[in-house]
Amino acid sequence: MKLVIVDYGSGNLRSVENALKTAAHDAGLPHQVMVSSSPDVVASADYLVLPGVGAFADCKKNLTNIDGMIDAITNVAISKNHPFLGICVGMQLLAEYGEEGGMTTSGLGWVSGGITRMTPMMDNHPLKVPHMGWNRLIRSAAFADDHLFAGCDDNSRVYFLHGYHLTGGDDKQIAARTDYGGHIVAAVKSDNVTGLQFHPEKSQKIGQRILSNWLSYAP
Amino acid sequence: MLAVRVIPCLDVHEGRVVKGINFVDLVDAGDPVEQAKIYNDAGADELCFLDISASIEGRKAMANVISQTADHCFMPVTVGGGVSEVADFRRLLLAGADKVSVNSSAVKHPELLSEAASRFGSQCVVLAIDARRHDDGWFEVYTHGGRTPTGMDAIAWAEKACAMGAGEILLTSMDADGTKDGYDIPLTRAVSDAVSVPVIASGGAGNADHMVAAVNNGHASAVLAASIFHFGLLDMNTVKRHMADHGLVVRIP
Repeated sequence: MKLVIVDYGSGNLRSVENALKTAAHDAGLPHQVMVSSSPDVVASADYLVLPGVGAFADCKKNLTNIDGMIDAITNVAISKNHPFLGICVGMQLLAEYGEEGGMTTSGLGWVSGGITRMTPMMDNHPLKVPHMGWNRLIRSAAFADDHLFAGCDDNSRVYFLHGYHLTGGDDKQIAARTDYGGHIVAAVKSDNVTGLQFHPEKSQKIGQRILSNWLSYAP
Repeated sequence: MLAVRVIPCLDVHEGRVVKGINFVDLVDAGDPVEQAKIYNDAGADELCFLDISASIEGRKAMANVISQTADHCFMPVTVGGGVSEVADFRRLLLAGADKVSVNSSAVKHPELLSEAASRFGSQCVVLAIDARRHDDGWFEVYTHGGRTPTGMDAIAWAEKACAMGAGEILLTSMDADGTKDGYDIPLTRAVSDAVSVPVIASGGAGNADHMVAAVNNGHASAVLAASIFHFGLLDMNTVKRHMADHGLVVRIP
C-alpha cells in the first residue's frame, strides 16, 4: 500500500512523515510512506495525506501553483474514494472557503462550512487566540464508535495550534469537537475523507493511536 | 477546557545541551535528543530549545538538533536564539520546529514579526521578551541575552508585537530568573492582560505553587521552567497533580 504525503511547500512534513511511519510500524501495517510534490505520484496513492501549516490563502495558492495537483488529489479522494486525511490547514482546505486577512479564498468544498477567525469568549471575557495547547477531544455521538477514535476516551487530549476554525459546518460531517469558549470543530469526516484540526503528529501517544486507526481503513 | 501548558526549556550550545537534565544517568547528557525523549516520556506539554551558540556552525547544529528531535518525539517544539530573518524561521520550521521565538531582532526590525506571520501564520511566531523592573514601577525590555537595555516599555512592546503578528509571548523576568522565588506576577499579569495572545511565564520557578500563581494571579497560559526540572527538584507529574489540586486544568498523560 502506498501512502503519499502531499508536499506543496507548506511547512514541515518531516514530523508528519515520521509520525505516520511510526504509526504504520506500530500497527503492523506494511504501508510505504512517501512525501511527494508530483501530481503523478499523488494520483497513484492508496492513502493520501494533506498536511498544512500557515495561512489558508497561502496554502491554497501553493497547492494551485502545482499544475495538476488539485486534480490528482480530487481523483484519489473523490473519484477513487481512497482514505484521505487533511491535517490542520490541510483539514481547513476541505471547507468551502477560508477568510484570512480580510479576503475570502475558495477551498476544495468537500466539507460544508467556511474557515473563519476564532473569537472565543468565556464569562464575557475573550479567550486567548491562537487556540494553542492540549484540549479534549469530544466525539460526536454518531462517531463515538468510529474506528478513527478507537482507544480515545472523554479525557483524551490532543494538541491544537490554530487561530481560525470551521464554522457553519454540517453536523453530520462533524466527528469531534473541543471546548474553547464554546464548541470548536476538531475533526470532520465525510465517507473516506477525514480532516483533523489538531496535530496528531504532535499529540504523543494518543495522536499516534489516531494515525494508526486511520491507517487501518481499507483503501 | 484548554490545559495549562508546562514547558521545560533546554539551553543548547553548538548543538550540545549545556543546561539540561542532570539528575538521571544519561549516556550522553549533552545529547539534545536523549534529553527531549525524557521530557517527552515525562509528559511535558511542549519542549523549548534555546540556542545560545554565537557561530554560524552553531546555528546549523541547532537545525540538526530540531530535526533529530522531531524524528523521535511526537510533541510540539519551540526553538529560539539567533533568529534574525524570515529565512531563519523557514529553516527551523522545515527542520521540525512548530514555533520559532525571536527576541533582539524583532526589537531592531519589528517588521520581521509581520513578515514571518504572513508567511507561516501567527501561530508559529513567538516573541520572547526579557524584562527588568525599574524602581518607579515600569518594566524595561532588554535584548542580547539581557545585556542591552532598550528604553522600551515591556507592556507597550508586547501590544505592538501582537498587532504586528506575534502569536505568543515568552515573557522572562530578568529579576526573578534564577532566584527560584517565583515568577514576577505583576509583570506577567500586566502583559497577559494587555494582549490577546497566550503568554508563557518564565523566570523564577522554584516550586509548583509558583506555577499555580503564574496562572491564577499572573493570568499566564503556560509556565516555563529550566533548572527545577533539569535537577529533578520537581518532576512533571508532581507539578501537574499539584496544579490540578489547585483547580487548574492540566494534561495528565
